[in-house]
Amino acid sequence: MNTENIKSSFGVNERGYYGQFGGSFIPEMLYPNVEELRERYLEIIYSPEFQQEYHQLLRDYVGRPTPLYPAKRLSEEFGAQIFLKREDLCHTGAHKVNNTVGQILLAKRLGKHKIIAETGAGQHGVATATVCALMGLECIVYMGSHDMERQKPNVERMRILGAEVRPATSGSQTLKDATNEAMRHWINNPQETHYIIGSVVGPHPYPDMVARLQAIISEEIRWQLKEKTGSELPTHVVACVGGGSNAAGAFYHYLDEPQVKLVAVEAAGKGVSSGQSAATTALGKPGVLHGSQTLLMQTEDGQVVEPYSISAGLDYPGIGPMHAHLFHSKRAQFIAITDADAMDAGIHLARKEGIIPAVESAHALAALKELPLQPSDVVVVNLSGRGDKDLETYIRWGGY
Amino acid sequence: MPVTAIQNRLDTLFQEKAENILNVYFTAGYPSLNDTLPVLKALEKGGADIIEIGLPYSDPVADGPTIQASNQKALDAGMTMKLLFEQLKDLRNEVSVPVVLMGYFNPVLQFGVERFCQKCAEVGIDGLILPDLPMYEYREFYKPIFQQYGLHNIFLISPQTSEARVREIDENSSGFIYMVSSASITGAKKGITEEQIRYFERINAMNLHNPRLIGFGISDRESFQLASRYAKGAIIGSAFINLLTGSQNLEHDIIQFVKSIKENNK
Repeated sequence: MNTENIKSSFGVNERGYYGQFGGSFIPEMLYPNVEELRERYLEIIYSPEFQQEYHQLLRDYVGRPTPLYPAKRLSEEFGAQIFLKREDLCHTGAHKVNNTVGQILLAKRLGKHKIIAETGAGQHGVATATVCALMGLECIVYMGSHDMERQKPNVERMRILGAEVRPATSGSQTLKDATNEAMRHWINNPQETHYIIGSVVGPHPYPDMVARLQAIISEEIRWQLKEKTGSELPTHVVACVGGGSNAAGAFYHYLDEPQVKLVAVEAAGKGVSSGQSAATTALGKPGVLHGSQTLLMQTEDGQVVEPYSISAGLDYPGIGPMHAHLFHSKRAQFIAITDADAMDAGIHLARKEGIIPAVESAHALAALKELPLQPSDVVVVNLSGRGDKDLETYIRWGGY
Repeated sequence: MPVTAIQNRLDTLFQEKAENILNVYFTAGYPSLNDTLPVLKALEKGGADIIEIGLPYSDPVADGPTIQASNQKALDAGMTMKLLFEQLKDLRNEVSVPVVLMGYFNPVLQFGVERFCQKCAEVGIDGLILPDLPMYEYREFYKPIFQQYGLHNIFLISPQTSEARVREIDENSSGFIYMVSSASITGAKKGITEEQIRYFERINAMNLHNPRLIGFGISDRESFQLASRYAKGAIIGSAFINLLTGSQNLEHDIIQFVKSIKENNK
């Protein structure tokens, strides 16, 4: 694995900053835990024993490498070579498990017996409950009580896996509030507990750590693309961004390849200017939430605004600091896709390629229409998750 | 605008009063939007030595349900930073005890750190407690601004804070150090355990430059007196918010509450 040696100009510095974004804005009560993680994460992750166990689990348990599928009919339609990176085929149904496998191995090496996590749609919660079952660790997942209503099957999946699901009843009762509750739990239980954050958000070193654990996605894309096209480099990598973990993983090994266009797709909800949107780069300003300085949807007075998207995995009011920097430095292009366009793209993929994508991933697919593509272009779309969890959303939407 | 160099009220207080210093926290704009100044006045009348005004925030991660709810109620009522500074315009005609602002960093950042500090100096604020503004960021980016406006920056320490870091915090703090009594959010734990007392004694033995006040889990006279044995005094927050929540006669209830805490103290 060559991840260790990446010294990207888009990577994090030793204080946890990506340009002006990042840092570690946490109360002192969290400092010892976060500092311990900061001091040890690289040493642990790149130890030979960790690497061996991590890769073995990714292969035998998660089902990696995931295929890089040449989508023939989509390619014909868009007039470019389109590949789908099939993270939807990971165990538990999304890329989230790459991170939880890594962090559970890390937690064990830190001597932590108890795991907490936050979840929005439930995918990260399920991926966390899964690895906790695998390792026999106690697991508590915080989930907004509103999201628990919206995502009942995932709540039950977590419970079947032996996790305790605790409702976050404060604020808007969604992902940001679940994150607040998980942080409060960690403040109250600092000694034996590790907090598995599900995205490239939070105080340093979380954004960098989660990006490195998701970097397996682009590591595989490089060799898979070489096998299929003769070159490791596509012209475009397209991924959806809520907090941004699947995009971070898909972009990671291309950050320093300027000829590869990085396309980050945010949820426009009912339209960027509709007041019901989660398009953070379009609507946000620099601010601090959940431990890092990033782009944030907020009022003039600095109160965090509740975002909206049909996709529960994209309605987060911020984005990871790495993405804020990619946006600010113009290294990545950001596109906002509405609910309607995403749902159409999801159904379209089902009809064209026989794959029902997660509504999050459908946002990335919908961006294909927005890109001026040439026949010589090679586009990799990161299909971050499968649509099983979204069946009810598809049914309610109709149009098929 | 140049700021008149006046002695910081926190410094004066800690020079003049050696023990049993009572700091009471309440949320700006709570229980009703325009109660900020009346609550301040009643607290002083009752005998509070320091008053800590909370800046309401949508995502207060270090606070328990009581303070969260008070934050949300104040925000729903229309509390903003701008309004707070208007409410505090005549603060120093009405209240003479030290006043500190406690809040999360994002609203301060949006208001503008320098503009915020300037406003604080104008209305007569003595110190700031910003729990999610860590030492590194403070030193690197903001310390000169705080100092220019004569504002003490008050850091927290917790039972998990290492000795080396306590020393570092002591070097970078002024006013006082906010000693979090246990591994907890506000309002979470009641009473003081043996283990906490060992922690208080451990920190006491370090002979820090800054005075310390103990907060979190201090709710009544008994816990206030116990904590005050191991520090210059203590901070009451959630218990006072609970009192405000149920009060039909704010001034009377606040004065009684503060007196009940301070009874038999000098």
